[in-house]
Amino acid sequence: MTATIPETIAETSAAPAPLRKKIDRQTTSALLYLDGISVSFDGFKALNELSFIIEPGEMRAIIGPNGAGKTTMMDCITGKTRPDSGDVFYQAGTIDLSLLDETEIASLGIGRKFQKPTVFEMHTVEDNLLLALKNDRSVRSALFWKSSADQEKRIDQVLDTTRLKGVRTRVAGGLSHGQKQWLEIGMLLAQEPKLLLVDEPVAGMTDVETMQTAELLKEINQTKTVVVVEHDMAFVRELGVKVTCLHEGSVLAEGSIDQVSTDDRVVEVYLGR
Amino acid sequence: MKSHPLLRLLDRDSTLFLVLLGAFAIAIPVLNLLMPDGSFLHISTYFVSLFGKYVCYGLLALSIDLIWGYVGILSLGHGAFFALGGYAMGMYLMRQIGTRGVYANPILPDFMVFLNYSELPVFWYGFNSFAYAALMVLLVPGLLAFVFGWFAFRSRVTGVYLSIITQAMTYALLLAFFRNNFGFGGNNGLTDFKDILGFNIQSDGTRNALLVISCLMLGLCFLLSRAIVTSKFGMVLVAIRDAESRTRFLGYRVEAYKLFVFTLSACMAGIAGALYVPQVGIINPGEFAPANSIEAVIWVAVGGRGTLTGAVLGAFVVNYAKTFFTSGFLAPYWLFMLGGLFIGTTLLMPRGIIGTYNAWRAGRNEVLEENAKSAALEDGSAPSAPPRAAE
Repeated sequence: MTATIPETIAETSAAPAPLRKKIDRQTTSALLYLDGISVSFDGFKALNELSFIIEPGEMRAIIGPNGAGKTTMMDCITGKTRPDSGDVFYQAGTIDLSLLDETEIASLGIGRKFQKPTVFEMHTVEDNLLLALKNDRSVRSALFWKSSADQEKRIDQVLDTTRLKGVRTRVAGGLSHGQKQWLEIGMLLAQEPKLLLVDEPVAGMTDVETMQTAELLKEINQTKTVVVVEHDMAFVRELGVKVTCLHEGSVLAEGSIDQVSTDDRVVEVYLGR
Repeated sequence: MKSHPLLRLLDRDSTLFLVLLGAFAIAIPVLNLLMPDGSFLHISTYFVSLFGKYVCYGLLALSIDLIWGYVGILSLGHGAFFALGGYAMGMYLMRQIGTRGVYANPILPDFMVFLNYSELPVFWYGFNSFAYAALMVLLVPGLLAFVFGWFAFRSRVTGVYLSIITQAMTYALLLAFFRNNFGFGGNNGLTDFKDILGFNIQSDGTRNALLVISCLMLGLCFLLSRAIVTSKFGMVLVAIRDAESRTRFLGYRVEAYKLFVFTLSACMAGIAGALYVPQVGIINPGEFAPANSIEAVIWVAVGGRGTLTGAVLGAFVVNYAKTFFTSGFLAPYWLFMLGGLFIGTTLLMPRGIIGTYNAWRAGRNEVLEENAKSAALEDGSAPSAPPRAAE
């Protein structure tokens, strides 16, 4: 069974042919290169020989039905789950993320926003951002930390970008769902990552908020590489970027939103006729 | 936007706490030593030692609150660190007895003579020096906590599983210290102390001095804890408590943070134990009993976790209640009351005394603020302020 699935994909997929070939990790320019990763939980294959490439500066939308392996893929990239086989290469193949833990991966400049907004509920909005700000994470520096004008300025910038200035001193637990989503994106920004992994950023948002979030992500993409997992097709269309559709732990189709959304297999397993 | 670190360190509650603690440390010796015996203001030496004991319990509670209230590590074996600190002090006190013991052996403590030891075990070396003993008071609990925490936190043992292995740790130590051949006096423990740093341990002056020193250490440890929880380190601790994996994904080495604060907390518990032993005059393996550790957790819960001041208050309140109730006709029912207290606190006052008070005060302030705001709106003096309900 494992052998047949990649073949069927190769036949029906809209993905470019080179993707199927094994790329030499030394010659790739990709920021992120997933090379045949498989993960199974109690025999259930959450990821099945999943491979794809994210180029530096790219924004990629990942879609797919429930259980397609989108979140597991994020877990593999950020070190929460270790793949059973395959490699996750970062920065032109120089680093193998599958050998590192969450903290090490985060310090390499990979930031993640969770599906369910997770902010530090007991801290104020600005303290949440302060904790996320890129700086020395060691115990000693945290003990002897002092606020500086520079850091305050960075926090101000992020508050501006995420339109949270008005709730700066509020406790994060008291924010609305949409505001929490934005705060978490703000925390991502404060980390100054090279690569942002954003899991369902618009879940539970109003249409206006959804469009604003699309704008925000496009703005962020001007300087950073972004991978967005999302179900909301209107939102994905608004982003206007290359789309990868996952199904049963592998790439089903890849291309522009129009290509992917008209792909027969995608329509069948995901979009519905 | 941020207030000065010193202002954050010494907020209203902390200042009040330190003032009260200072007043307590001055008042008790004054009332004991200067008031004539018959005066109704006179406090007997029994109470001086009793209060001294409470202060040590307060310090133990503080150390538990630091890890439970701020990082969510529920240690049900903190009594082990307390007892180890106590044993280190007890060993010093034993060696001070010298030839005044029943067997009058200048080197070997009585129990060793009784058990036919021919020479002093190696781990008893150096305990004739107070400085060495004081170092061990910090080092032994600290080292145990470091090694224990290193394995537990690296393996990401959390929640109830961690609580269970801390229980196992203190129980294992209980069994070990009960053994006569373990070299710490078996089930009798260490007792019959004569003097500390040359002062008679029974004298009123020494007892008062020990109380004052205990208060001083409590004050210092409180300030240290406040400095930690109000620093960015403290913010990371709370972040770990509320969303551990999120903190990891932000790039914080969670286990390093936990290990640091856990070790520090164990050292504080060790100090508490070391001050406790000369005031009660005995240390025995019973101090390792899991029930003791659980009781200490109850003090923190009653006082209010995550407040520091509440932990100390809880230790005082519960222990005073214990002294009061176990000396009267209610004595047989004390354990029921203690259990009831814990259930009652969990059900009716989950934030504890100080936590409930703080929440009430915060609620009142918010109402006052809202009133002020709506009054201002009615005046038309603040038309630009958007109504909060819109969010």
